[in-house]
Amino acid sequence: MAVCIAVIAKENYPLYIRSVPTENELKFHYTVHTSLDVVDEKISAMGKALVDQRELYLGLLYPTEDYKVYGYVTNSKVKFVMVVDSSNTALRDNEIRSMFRKLHNSYTDIMCNPFYNPGDRIHSKAFDNMVTSMMMQVC
Amino acid sequence: MEPGAAGAGGGALFLPLSDSEQQRYSELFARCCPPGAAAAPPEAAAGGSSVGELFRASQLPPDTLHQITEVCGAKRVGYFGPAQFYIALKLIAAAQSGFPVRIESIRNELPLPRFMALKNDSEIRYGNPAELHGVKFQVPHATLEKNSYKRTDEGDKQEPKSPPMSPICSPPASPSSYQRTPLSYGYGKSRNGLEQQHGAPYEVRHSTHQQDGPSSGNYGAKSAHARSTLNRSLSAEREPPDSSTHYADDPWRITEEQRDYYVNQFRSLQPDLNSFISGSVAKNFFTKSKLPIPELSHIWELSDVDCDGALTLAEFCAAFHLVVARKNGYQLPETLPETLLPDYLQAASLKPRHDCTLFDSYSESLPGSQQTRDFNRTESSLFKKTSAEEIPDNSALIQDAKKDDKQVLKTSIAIKPIPKEFQHLTVKTVAQESNALKARPRSRSYSSTSIEDAMKKGEEPPTPPPRPQKSHSRASSLDLNKIFQQNAQAARSGWLPPPPPALPPRPSVTQTEQVSEVELHPQMNRAPSQTEENSSTKKEVVLAQPPSKPVRRKFRPETQALENPELSPTINVTSSLPAVKPHLPVQKQSSKQKRAIQTAIRRNKEANAVLARLNSELQQQLKEVHKERIALETQLEQLRPVTVL
Repeated sequence: MAVCIAVIAKENYPLYIRSVPTENELKFHYTVHTSLDVVDEKISAMGKALVDQRELYLGLLYPTEDYKVYGYVTNSKVKFVMVVDSSNTALRDNEIRSMFRKLHNSYTDIMCNPFYNPGDRIHSKAFDNMVTSMMMQVC
Repeated sequence: MEPGAAGAGGGALFLPLSDSEQQRYSELFARCCPPGAAAAPPEAAAGGSSVGELFRASQLPPDTLHQITEVCGAKRVGYFGPAQFYIALKLIAAAQSGFPVRIESIRNELPLPRFMALKNDSEIRYGNPAELHGVKFQVPHATLEKNSYKRTDEGDKQEPKSPPMSPICSPPASPSSYQRTPLSYGYGKSRNGLEQQHGAPYEVRHSTHQQDGPSSGNYGAKSAHARSTLNRSLSAEREPPDSSTHYADDPWRITEEQRDYYVNQFRSLQPDLNSFISGSVAKNFFTKSKLPIPELSHIWELSDVDCDGALTLAEFCAAFHLVVARKNGYQLPETLPETLLPDYLQAASLKPRHDCTLFDSYSESLPGSQQTRDFNRTESSLFKKTSAEEIPDNSALIQDAKKDDKQVLKTSIAIKPIPKEFQHLTVKTVAQESNALKARPRSRSYSSTSIEDAMKKGEEPPTPPPRPQKSHSRASSLDLNKIFQQNAQAARSGWLPPPPPALPPRPSVTQTEQVSEVELHPQMNRAPSQTEENSSTKKEVVLAQPPSKPVRRKFRPETQALENPELSPTINVTSSLPAVKPHLPVQKQSSKQKRAIQTAIRRNKEANAVLARLNSELQQQLKEVHKERIALETQLEQLRPVTVL
């Protein structure tokens, strides 16, 4: 149901970014990039003392008229950003959370692979399949 | 229609087509067109993939095919219309006859283009099949020194495309570390220009078996479409004579020699066959094979089924087998073939040796009882109860497990971090049933064993399994419910109260709190009713309470509340003892109660002490784990490559 999914490394470069309607890809890349500012803002707002209690799911980062952007940060500061179509009103917060959880799980699976160097782009087929399952079926 | 259309497409080129050509081309074109094409053939465009497949079946080198597509104008117009298609076919015929790919060359009379049989059912024969098979395939047989025969890979069924790279780019010989084996994997990539559609000739360990691979029946193009139909028919041909003796045909099946070799390699890396090879060790080992890292990464992904970053023996065998297959030119499958699943491998490996033990252990199906031997603690009696109750569950579970294999494997992640004692048992219990057994009783016993783990100097700190814990916590709460109920039943039946179920992992603490609170309340309600029951339930309550401190605190005031009214009458009684004789029997009862209470208090205190100790130990472990985590994170940061933005 997502339109674009991105995995951003700690240093704010993308490890994996994929969007479904491939013609406007650049627009989505730009959106994800600007949303990183919001993510950083949210993280820093928590403060150091609360770092353990900080929730991984950041929620709606910002809405535009076409779509909404949701964020999620792991404990090692790897960010997942998801862009969802605004017209898809049936999508509830819980569903977004579960999608992020699946993303996180797949990401840890990739991490477990000793041939994966953290910081490399993600090329795993399993991850691709999982993301495909989450992407919107745009005709 | 054809000449005109061809003329239009070819840029005012008037192309005469003979009758047979016309017929053949329209046949091919109709075949390549999407089946549901409503438009009349001239207007329809042939599907790109089917055209590509057809072209590849012509066995021309890819550059030639590119040239052909350019020349015929498909690139220009962007699709394969009938004109382009016919021109392309003509060009293919020309190329196959040795003419250069040019428009001029197709003005001549040319034989029909030849395509390798794509469909086994031969509803469409391109060219002359007999000649095709005879000519094309005897040549490779001649060129190859060793006896080999081409087969289709069942594993390749899943592959969506046939990348042109593989036989060409993979290195010729296995590195020396791999060569100790009697395996003689032939590697014939050069087949005088024939494409890799034939699949790498796969020479099985003992070429004696497969000397005369049934020649005409067994090859197939590695083209996307027809592969499945072809595979099915071919494998059907081959299966009857096969399976136990010849294993051979399925490239994804591990034979005995291979298996032994893999096991030896495993031993060289890790002497204990029942434990894991860590990720880094495996990485170094497989890097020696000189396969490119992305492929190794993919192999790892396929073979590490439970995604724990380590390889068991079965996983290692699967990975090794994939590496070997890859080096021999086979394409890696998208998903792990069935014969390489760890369950299957474990079953295969242990079946011959452990037939009896397997079924014995299974029929007992008391991993609990085995564990009592190992653990030698009173806690294990808890297992006996739980496992005894679970036997009927397991049979149902087994069916479930058989349905979704991978899920069970994933839940068995919870098992892996559990210390090695379990693994002694689990080697014997094999196949899916064992996984089912392991999965469920493990999820229950996980909570109980963590105490033993902690007690044993933290030799194997219960590493909380990453994912299943989430589902696991739910499971464990259910399990603890059952455990508590069993406790209650046991106590009520007068059986020795089972020892306190150990501290469950953190997320389930909250649930256990609720659970034990719930349990305590009914117990507390029952308590004041009768004296004996009072004492017994209190004992049980006392023992059930250690899992969670808040509950204990709650219990305290209740015990005190209980004690007070009881103590006060006893005190009153004792004070007025000399005076009141008819109270003697009451006195005796109350003193019994008093004693009972005192013993309960003592037991309480002991349990407290034990738990306090446990708590401190776990805190220690927690600190250590935190430290480790911080160290790892700093390492990660250091190792992170410098970003370029």
